[in-house]
Amino acid sequence: MPVATMQGREIHVDEEGFLTDPSEWDEELAKQLATNIGIELTDRHYEVLRFARDDAAEQGETPTLRRMQAVGGFPTKELFQLFPKKPAKKLSYVAGLQKPVGCV
Amino acid sequence: MRRLLVLGAGTAGTMVVNKLRPLLSADEWEITIVDSSEEHHYQPGYLFVPFGTYRPDEIVKPRGRLITRGVRQVTGVIDEVAPDEHLVRLEDGTELPYDQLVIATGTHPVPEETPGLAEPESKERGVHSFYTLEDAVALRDAMEAFDGGRLVVNLVELPIKCPVAPLEFAFLAEAWLRERGLRDDTEVTYVTPLDGAFTKPLAARELGGMFEERGIELEADFMLERVDLDDKQLVSFDEREVPFDLLVTVPINMGAAYVARSGLGDELNHVKVDQHTFLADGYDDIFALGDAANLPTSKAGSVAHFAVDVFVENLLRHIDGRPMNHRFDGHANCFIESGDGKAMLLDFNYDTEPLLGAFPLPSVGPLKLLAESEANHWGKLAFRWIYWHVLLPGRPLPLSASMSMLGKQRPASGDGADAGASGTDHDLQEVSL
Repeated sequence: MPVATMQGREIHVDEEGFLTDPSEWDEELAKQLATNIGIELTDRHYEVLRFARDDAAEQGETPTLRRMQAVGGFPTKELFQLFPKKPAKKLSYVAGLQKPVGCV
Repeated sequence: MRRLLVLGAGTAGTMVVNKLRPLLSADEWEITIVDSSEEHHYQPGYLFVPFGTYRPDEIVKPRGRLITRGVRQVTGVIDEVAPDEHLVRLEDGTELPYDQLVIATGTHPVPEETPGLAEPESKERGVHSFYTLEDAVALRDAMEAFDGGRLVVNLVELPIKCPVAPLEFAFLAEAWLRERGLRDDTEVTYVTPLDGAFTKPLAARELGGMFEERGIELEADFMLERVDLDDKQLVSFDEREVPFDLLVTVPINMGAAYVARSGLGDELNHVKVDQHTFLADGYDDIFALGDAANLPTSKAGSVAHFAVDVFVENLLRHIDGRPMNHRFDGHANCFIESGDGKAMLLDFNYDTEPLLGAFPLPSVGPLKLLAESEANHWGKLAFRWIYWHVLLPGRPLPLSASMSMLGKQRPASGDGADAGASGTDHDLQEVSL
């Protein structure tokens, strides 16, 4: 499994660059992860990321966009503005979570 | 007399009562099962109805005969669970008290959640599904009349029950179009909210070529906002459009509405449970099994089967006041039809993605994992008989409730699975999402 060095420490990631250990994530790292995919984080982004991380820790899986809207109160349209084109994938990448997957 | 009450007589509910009745003394425990329908449907069979492989009467049986003697059967619609009163109310006013409650009312497609999917004119505008028997029959008729054009297969959002079914439908439809001589006149497109048809690393590597080989187009990262019935197209939240002549969609799946009314559900009305014991959050006398529970694994009959095995052991301890010491690992096992008389087999759990290798099965022989074979296809078709005659009656199947690594190939380092750190440097600047 690949290891990336960011901000002076080793971060475990998968082939696509997603963190494989959510505990290696912090809000500073999020800034760099966002920069990697061309996003500059605002306060609103951080609200989204914090909810997604708390929810994933509780539920054992990354929240779907529907859950982000229904439980987190983040409208899907807005998530498309904050994380253009691929909000589900991009927000999980920046949040240090597994991307949403099917069973295969 | 103590009372075990089971809500829902589908795969999980039927197995639970059939397994527990012989294990609980009839003098001590009354077992009651409630369902709104007097029919039991073999739901994996819905997939085959549109292609004419199964007739509806081959996948439906009267519920009464599938449930063992000594279990009281009640037909009725559930209004609410009242946990403080330890009873369930039906819409006709009946009150059913319980000492232990099992919620097994499954999950169901809710097309009304997406504009365009459930309008009066949806079907005549080519909007179809196969997640209920009625829909599967209507789709069969629409396919009979189909003479080429754009066939679009879509899933709206996860989780759905039998999450591989839309993939299987795409593969079966592509083969069916070839048989009918319609393939050259038909564009087949698979539209998914995920980032690909296959999302787990090994599956993506091993099976990623299946779409190209079959000429199936992929529209990934597509979040369906609505279906435009006038122009016959799917419209996403970011205003992408995919036109269709025949749409086969899997609507959002939700648990029963009474779950929400009773304060037991998540945002999709799936019961919030402990993922290893199925005990509902905050209660010690309410469990949820099968698709009704919010487990982070596939909603599928195989999961219900393995979960019931664990649950039965645990319940016998729980009612004696002993700790539940069996832990469910999320084991799932399923066949994926790939068309042309072949299928693939998957076996996985909460922690292990579907791997390559061989799946040992006593007296049948090993089946190939994560690869196509004819034997897997025959296994899938044989499963209907096994379902009625072995699984539902609660007879033992030679399958362990916990996933086994026997026969599976552990992925080599760098295969993307849990292979351990190899120390490869990875330049995060190259990430492109």
